Amino acid sequence: MGRFVARRVFQMVLVMFAVSVLTFAIFNLIPNGDPAVRMAGRQQSASTIREIRREWGFNDSVVVQYVKTMEKVFTGDLKSYFTQLPVGEEIVKGLPRTLSLAIGAALLWMFVAICFGLYSAVKAGKFADRFLTIIALIGISMPVFWIGALMNHYLGFKLGWFPNGGYVEFSEDPFDWAYHLILPWTALAILFIGFYSRVLRSNVLDTINEDYVRTARAKGLGERRIMIRHVLRNSMIPIVTLWGLDFGAVLGGGAILTETVFDLQGVGQYAAEAIGQLDVPPVLAVTMYAAFFIVLLNAVVDILYAYLDPRIRLQ
Amino acid sequence: MAIFFGIVFVLLVACCLAAPLWANHVAHTTATENHLSDTIKVDGETKNVVALDGVPIGPTWQGEFFLGADRNGRDIMVRLLYGGRNSLLIGVAAALMTTILSIVLGVIAGYFRGWSDGVIRAVLDIIWSFPVVILGVALGVALALGGLKIGPITIAGDSLAIPIFIIGIVYVPYMARPVRGQVLSLREKEFVEAARAQGAGPLRIMFSEVLPNLASTLLVFFTLLIANAVLLEAALSFLGAGVRPPSPSWGTMIKEGVDRIATAPHLAIVPGLMLVITVLSLNVFGDGVRDALDPRAKVRLEH
Repeated sequence: MGRFVARRVFQMVLVMFAVSVLTFAIFNLIPNGDPAVRMAGRQQSASTIREIRREWGFNDSVVVQYVKTMEKVFTGDLKSYFTQLPVGEEIVKGLPRTLSLAIGAALLWMFVAICFGLYSAVKAGKFADRFLTIIALIGISMPVFWIGALMNHYLGFKLGWFPNGGYVEFSEDPFDWAYHLILPWTALAILFIGFYSRVLRSNVLDTINEDYVRTARAKGLGERRIMIRHVLRNSMIPIVTLWGLDFGAVLGGGAILTETVFDLQGVGQYAAEAIGQLDVPPVLAVTMYAAFFIVLLNAVVDILYAYLDPRIRLQ
Repeated sequence: MAIFFGIVFVLLVACCLAAPLWANHVAHTTATENHLSDTIKVDGETKNVVALDGVPIGPTWQGEFFLGADRNGRDIMVRLLYGGRNSLLIGVAAALMTTILSIVLGVIAGYFRGWSDGVIRAVLDIIWSFPVVILGVALGVALALGGLKIGPITIAGDSLAIPIFIIGIVYVPYMARPVRGQVLSLREKEFVEAARAQGAGPLRIMFSEVLPNLASTLLVFFTLLIANAVLLEAALSFLGAGVRPPSPSWGTMIKEGVDRIATAPHLAIVPGLMLVITVLSLNVFGDGVRDALDPRAKVRLEH
């Protein structure tokens, strides 16, 4: 186990290095034109551009530029030249909101997808199954910001059933916190519910024909017990891996599209505003942090799996 | 059902291609022409296209401003059709780019294995580490100002080729990995062995043995890729890192609509519905094709 962990961590560090090089290249090497001008964004005074060129080492070799960029991103020295605010602080400020959104949505989509997927598989081929399949397909075909904006306008603003955007701290009032987050959670979960329920449905249908399910039935176990103890448990394994990855993707990507619509003011909204202004430093930082987080999450999931299933360690 | 939705998609494409016909002969305007101070007769009543308080007219259900106007007094129906052209062009072109890149990379990695496989897999893994939206946005922001220079070709920052390039790159790992896997198992099959024994070179084997056997997978992937590319275009344009205004696309139209949803919800609903119908028809069609050709294949794309 120790050797496996060491190897996996080493591999993770290598991938992180490669990811940082690619991010650096995306912002400073691949585009056409002066990187200092891009970095300045809407703050195009000659003195700012001179300052950027010196601070980021744009007059020096590529290696120096890379090292200086990494120093800036990981010492919290990075600031937006447009808003003059430090990027690190803004991200830390928004993080609890983004985490609240992502964790709640992930739990919601997993729970609903299990119900839908299991029901759909049990009723395979019948009307209920077809109906849920169509609903799932519509779910994966809707942009989250569009359905979110419509929900916020009609359910929040017009009908007044839910708050019209905004965020309340959990420590202040847990009920109000959840009440403000119900719509964002739902909007974000819809896409994944469509996806997961279909994957689960096909997994359940595959598992139902396994020998151990037949054995369980021959033993005289109740149908409900067979479904939950034997079928569902084994159908969940591939989904849990996806869950980890998609959670990372939501934290890094989906939140950007959801938060602005509901005015949650987390990291996602911060990033979305920076993108709208073509303000490079915050986008650079969010990209790097998101990719690093996903690489880390992948390694953690792999190590957990190796811990649970010893066969993986030997591969 | 798959065939029905396939026809819906073809009809949508045909409508968008016919955009100039509608613009010239029915609506008598263009996608970017403002009509801020114009008036229009609806049921014999004269109305402002954009009211004095800035609220644009809703659907009139007649030739001009069939689906209403936006805040600049531009005809929504005309913009919807021209925007669809851009969105679909980006979707199809990006999907084509992804497919070609994935075939080349997947076949080289899977067939030759060895160091080329190692390098290609490592590069794909690194791209795959980025969430799709983040990678698209990062490239969008980086390329928005100066554009892109590949050898002698320079692409301007506001060109449609930029979103095509971005979306075309972002999805490559999701397709190249499964293609590689399939090639890896195909190359061990007896018929490939037989072709090799007959003295066929690697190129010949690829084109006459491996690629035809990949055709059904590629078709399903291509359909689902268009759907995802259209969605990603909308997301990037929504954030301001895709199609640049005033060029219409469904993404930019949804953005303008969401900003003004409180006063004129039709601005957001109309392009969004169009997008959902398009993506849904592609998803159902792709699903049906997969079930018909290879029900056990597991094709998944990230959002």
